[in-house]
Amino acid sequence: MTEKQFPREEYLASGHRGCAGCGAAIIVRQALKAAGKDTIVVNATGCLEVMTTPYPETAWRVPWIHVAFENAAAAASGVERAIKVLQRKRKKYANKKINVIAFGGDGGTADIGFQALSGAMERGHNMLYIMYDNEAYMNTGIQRSSSTPLLASTTTSPVGTVIKGEDRPKKDMAMIIAAHGVPYVATACLSYPEDFMNKVKKACEIEGPAFIHALQPCTTGWKYDPKYTVKIGRLAVETGVFPLYEIKNGEFKITYRPLKRKPLNEYVKLQKRYRHLTDKDIEMLQKYIDERCKLLGL
Amino acid sequence: MVTVGTIIYEPGNSTNKTGSWRVFKPIMDKDKCVMCENCFIFCPEGCIKEKDGKFEIDYDYCKGCLICVNECPVKAISSIREEK
Amino acid sequence: MSKVKIITGTSAAAEAARLCDVDVISAYPITPQTTCVEKLAEFVANGELDAEFIKVESEHSAISACIGASATGARTFTATSSQGLALMHEVLFIASGMRLPIVMMNANRALSAPINIWNDQQDSISQRDTGWIQIYAADNQETLDSIIQAFKIAENEKVLLPVMVNLDGFILTHTVEPVELPDEEEVRDFVGIYEPKHAYLDPDRPITQGPVGVPSCYMESKYNVQNAMNNAEKVIMDVNEEFAKKFGRKYGNGLIETYNIENAETVLVAMGSVCGTIKEVIDDLKQEGKEYGLLRIRTYRPLPINHIREALKNAKNIAILDKDITFGMNKGAVYTDLAGFLKDKKTTNYIVGLGGRDIRQDDIKEIMKHAEKAEDGETKWMGLKEQ
Ligand SMILES: Cc1ncc(C[n+]2csc(CCOP(=O)(O)OP(=O)(O)O)c2C)c(N)n1
Ligand code: SF4
Ligand code: SF4
Ligand code: SF4
Ligand SMILES: [Mg+2]
Repeated sequence: MTEKQFPREEYLASGHRGCAGCGAAIIVRQALKAAGKDTIVVNATGCLEVMTTPYPETAWRVPWIHVAFENAAAAASGVERAIKVLQRKRKKYANKKINVIAFGGDGGTADIGFQALSGAMERGHNMLYIMYDNEAYMNTGIQRSSSTPLLASTTTSPVGTVIKGEDRPKKDMAMIIAAHGVPYVATACLSYPEDFMNKVKKACEIEGPAFIHALQPCTTGWKYDPKYTVKIGRLAVETGVFPLYEIKNGEFKITYRPLKRKPLNEYVKLQKRYRHLTDKDIEMLQKYIDERCKLLGL
Repeated sequence: MVTVGTIIYEPGNSTNKTGSWRVFKPIMDKDKCVMCENCFIFCPEGCIKEKDGKFEIDYDYCKGCLICVNECPVKAISSIREEK
Repeated sequence: MSKVKIITGTSAAAEAARLCDVDVISAYPITPQTTCVEKLAEFVANGELDAEFIKVESEHSAISACIGASATGARTFTATSSQGLALMHEVLFIASGMRLPIVMMNANRALSAPINIWNDQQDSISQRDTGWIQIYAADNQETLDSIIQAFKIAENEKVLLPVMVNLDGFILTHTVEPVELPDEEEVRDFVGIYEPKHAYLDPDRPITQGPVGVPSCYMESKYNVQNAMNNAEKVIMDVNEEFAKKFGRKYGNGLIETYNIENAETVLVAMGSVCGTIKEVIDDLKQEGKEYGLLRIRTYRPLPINHIREALKNAKNIAILDKDITFGMNKGAVYTDLAGFLKDKKTTNYIVGLGGRDIRQDDIKEIMKHAEKAEDGETKWMGLKEQ
């Protein structure tokens, strides 16, 4: 028998209300296995918060707090400083190292929570912020966010007769946070658990703010068969749609390099949010992705 | 009685049996399994658990997404339609 | 040892937070609160206060960070005013709903538009339904004392609600007055250390704070807040008494304060620093043999309905002053709150001092006269220029 690779402890209990095949739940399971028990979670309003905590039931086995949609980073700032001062003044927590991890959706992070996040990253709090990116506002029924990719259809970027899907490219959150000069920024995907979990561990070990932009395929929002959640995440990476890298103390490194990038079509054809794409559209998108990959040295 | 501040004090008490959502049911052949841990780490429900050195599916919570079926490298998990 | 310092209201507030040994401060500057956060930053920078000062990028984040800190188990303080308080609005409900005993100083200032940095009370009045206890101080000493009391009230297990201590912008925030700073040890003994039993984040006791309030629990959770408000009434009175015993100062019964009310048919009802002016006018008129009374509402939430009714039981003409306006009713919020349970009385309403308009002694006299002759329910805007 091979050695056990992944910790057996579960910090997210079964019985949560996520859709069958929900990628957000996979991200949380993996992240908390990496971070371990001594972790406090701050959660922005969104699918993850709603599906895990209908009072009086909770799926969380670590201390967890939700305040509002746009302020997870600010609330986490308060948690982090409170731990610091209570350790110093009141000898609480037995001087244990406690991870403060904030989870925010793409809306709660790249849109409405952007200011609070920027503030928290700039102030140097010792926290890890994980943006679980399902590329739209899923909790309110699949509206576009600034993280929705070009041409994807959502309920507010519908396929009309004049405009066909999202008309703006995806906001590059990892690079924006990297520009804050924080010590650790990474991209990740649930389909590469070793890579993701390593990054969570590094982010927790590093003193100061860390940010992980984790791609999260969403069966309901992206409109694919739930069994493909992991497969689609893998294709996002293999096609170069979502490259995996880290920027540690300013040093950029690709953490997974596909042998040969797969054609974009393999990724989009599984998702009905791209159903309307013409060959020309795909060609255009492919070009766009090729250029971005070139920039990153992929 | 609703607690002060609607705080939930019992960690992980979400005992809502989500297995009832299932339309397809994964069936694991333990003999075929090579313990690669794929199904374990990818299951959104955390309902594949290790028992006596082998993985097992907890059908009380398995929602039947079939990610495990799709991700098993040795096809040790198959699926059938759930009988209700 | 206590000592007397000549200081502004904002300094008094900062001194109070220091004396209470707060753990976390999270605030964003805004006129006329600014000098309070500057003073606190100074205290922390000089090691006079062992606290974490989170220099947030907005008031929304200020109060959100306070929630995070308070939910972790830290004693938490913030300060704001006007636009800043309005920006916090959404999160104020969350602080009370999560039952976190955060204490805030609010420098009462008008709300835009047009932008105006001067005093009225529209900002805090507009937050009256957020589940925060609201205290209105009448001078700088009371500001300091009220913040000390506020921690004791907020952290009381029967209460567990956030408290907002209001002081009038510029009139108090920027005016120096002699303020007695109580002895640090005595204050710390009075307020104790915050040791929450209900809400703190600790990996050894993983609790879930701020879950989804499904319909089967939401009403009860709000009813719990109302009950805590009911309990607060007595706690505020007790703390006022206890404070008086220890420090020799008290503010009415903690909820309301009355002045010459026994002798008067006409009683003015007001909040905050204007009560000082009203008392002066009452004293002057007494010399002329005319009797007027004042009922000062110190605690606006919980609104001490029975105490107010009892205090006004012999009054004939009740003149209610509002430094705020409920548009579309042509009434102030204090008036609309009180009129409902003073139905058997003649009540009149005076909109005063919006956006820093002076309230002169003559205005107070005019109000007194008007209240005697006016019809029940009349509203008068004081000091309004001819348009
Ligand atoms: C201030 C505020 N505006 C809007 C909402 C409504 N709302 C709740 S969740 C949500 C979308 C969440 O999207 P995202 O952050 O991407 O998380 P997801 O649900 O996709 O996981 C919206 C718009 C809200 N709760 N608060
Ligand atoms: S909509 Fe998407 S993110 Fe939300 S629970 Fe369903 S699968 Fe998960
Ligand atoms: S079908 Fe889905 S929920 Fe059930 S065990 Fe497999 S991965 Fe888990
Ligand atoms: S994926 Fe297949 S081989 Fe791997 S552990 Fe699961 S059942 Fe066994
Ligand atoms: Mg989203």
